[in-house]
Amino acid sequence: MLPFVLRRLGLAVVVALLVSTTTFLLLRLAADPAQALAGEGATVADIENIRRMYGFDQPLPAQYWAWATRAMTGDFGDSIYLKSPVLELIGDRAPVTITLALCSIILAMAVSIPLGVVAALRPNTFLDRFALGTAVVGQAMPSFFFALLLILVFGVHLEWLPISGSDSWLHFVMPSIVLGYYAMPALMRLTRGGMLEVLGSDYIRTARAKGLRPPVVLFKHALRNAVVSVVAVAAVQLGFMLGGSVVVESIFSLNGLGRLAYQSIQRADFDTIQAIILMIAGVYVLLTFLADVLNAWLDPRIRVS
Amino acid sequence: MSSTEGTVGAVVRPPDAAAGEPAAPSPRTILRRRALAHRGITIGGGILAFVFFLALAAPLLAPHDPYAQDLGRRMLKPIWEATGTWAHPLGTDSFGRDYLSRIIYGARVSLLIGFAAMILSGLVGTALGVAAGYFGGRVDMVVTTLVTTRLAMPAILIALAVVSLVGSSLEIIILVLGLLLWDRFAVVMRAATQQVRNLDYVAAAQAIGCSTSRIILTETLPNVANPLIVIATLEIAHAILLEAALSFLGLGVQPPTPSWGLMISEGKSFMFFEPWLICIPGFALFALVMSVNLLGDGIRDVTAPENRT
Repeated sequence: MLPFVLRRLGLAVVVALLVSTTTFLLLRLAADPAQALAGEGATVADIENIRRMYGFDQPLPAQYWAWATRAMTGDFGDSIYLKSPVLELIGDRAPVTITLALCSIILAMAVSIPLGVVAALRPNTFLDRFALGTAVVGQAMPSFFFALLLILVFGVHLEWLPISGSDSWLHFVMPSIVLGYYAMPALMRLTRGGMLEVLGSDYIRTARAKGLRPPVVLFKHALRNAVVSVVAVAAVQLGFMLGGSVVVESIFSLNGLGRLAYQSIQRADFDTIQAIILMIAGVYVLLTFLADVLNAWLDPRIRVS
Repeated sequence: MSSTEGTVGAVVRPPDAAAGEPAAPSPRTILRRRALAHRGITIGGGILAFVFFLALAAPLLAPHDPYAQDLGRRMLKPIWEATGTWAHPLGTDSFGRDYLSRIIYGARVSLLIGFAAMILSGLVGTALGVAAGYFGGRVDMVVTTLVTTRLAMPAILIALAVVSLVGSSLEIIILVLGLLLWDRFAVVMRAATQQVRNLDYVAAAQAIGCSTSRIILTETLPNVANPLIVIATLEIAHAILLEAALSFLGLGVQPPTPSWGLMISEGKSFMFFEPWLICIPGFALFALVMSVNLLGDGIRDVTAPENRT
């Protein structure tokens, strides 16, 4: 087990390093930061000043090295626009995004796992078709359009839910539905597929032959095995949600990381964008690492390969 | 994985083989499944062909110039509302531009970006995946690390940042999406190549002294074409949705180009009074993406029914 964990940990570190260099290069090569900061109408002298002040005149590897060594100590620079440390900004905004992502993934699992189980128990029946049909529709629905439809129906027409802000838990209902439904089709199909496989296996036949009651067979024997991979994928989806919340957060005016990232992109606030992307990548790497370890712990076959 | 591919390998078995019935699905079940699959293919293919037709014949079909503004005829209602007229069957937008014409021309943008981004990401992903699957070892390790790195980077944020900094144009969007969406190609092609690589005909080709490039191109690639087509359709849908999201956020296709995502964004300010302004392009987007997905699922069902989930 330990070699496996160490190997995965090594991969995680390499990936984090690669993400930071790629992001750094992408952002630096995409535009001249000095010019972006100076804005339109700045004189050449202004731009030169800014370039020297922020060290943009140094060669790229030197800039990266300076940034990386500071980042190692937890200093991700200051937001050029908001004039405060990037880490502080992220700390302020992260709770909203984390709440949103957790609500979304819980909602997605609460809907997709039962639906997948029911579909697997009665394959090729109306229920199964319904579940698959929901998945097909869910995958094709653009999230921002879905969000606007929800706002129209529940926010404006029925006046049940608030349409923007993050003051109460009610504000999180619609955003969580929008962000969560995107993960549902994959989780549903995975549950269904896993259940079908498990239900056809020998040990389930044995359990049934022993005369165990169907609910015991279903929940204690079958679901427990089928759901492991679903939970692992859900963990990875959670990582995707942190990055994908930008659309949802801007539509519902939630003051989270996604909105901060979007605003920072519009302000060409390099250090903030860089730090947010790195943080989201870090969480993703951590979650996949945990999911891998969980899987390996539960299924020894994975460890050896 | 973010989508359906997580379930590949799950074998569909009838859960309760009734007495006397063999464990394998009966021919009737197979037939029924095939028929179902074909329905996905016919419906999905039909819608996609229709959208293609709209895009190709846009200048002939569009009743008006999609760019022509007429401020005297702003926000006319579509035909199903009481005040709608056949002059503008889907009404007009806030600049008085004919909505039907903009929807028809918008099909061009979605299809162009979807297919171009898919081809680019398909080239990158297939090359990486086949190399990793065929050579294994170090190459495999490097590709796996690259895929993980790509997956760790939030695609939409990277796309937003690059497009915002470089400036938005159709080419930039295609390039950015194409270089962001290759991960699933690489993952699936790697697994498919690994399977094919150990088969006897590859060993036979090696034994008679075929070059590596020849083995990859003529022995391996044709036999991983089916999953490749399935992923290609999924990635077209993915790219279309991402373009729409980028345009919706104002960092994709720029006005006045008619793009469905942009049309939703422009209609957003008026949606409380004129909900059809967002519903028409939203439904178009939904129908197109669904048709591509149905087609992909259908192709998978027919070519590899054992992977149906």
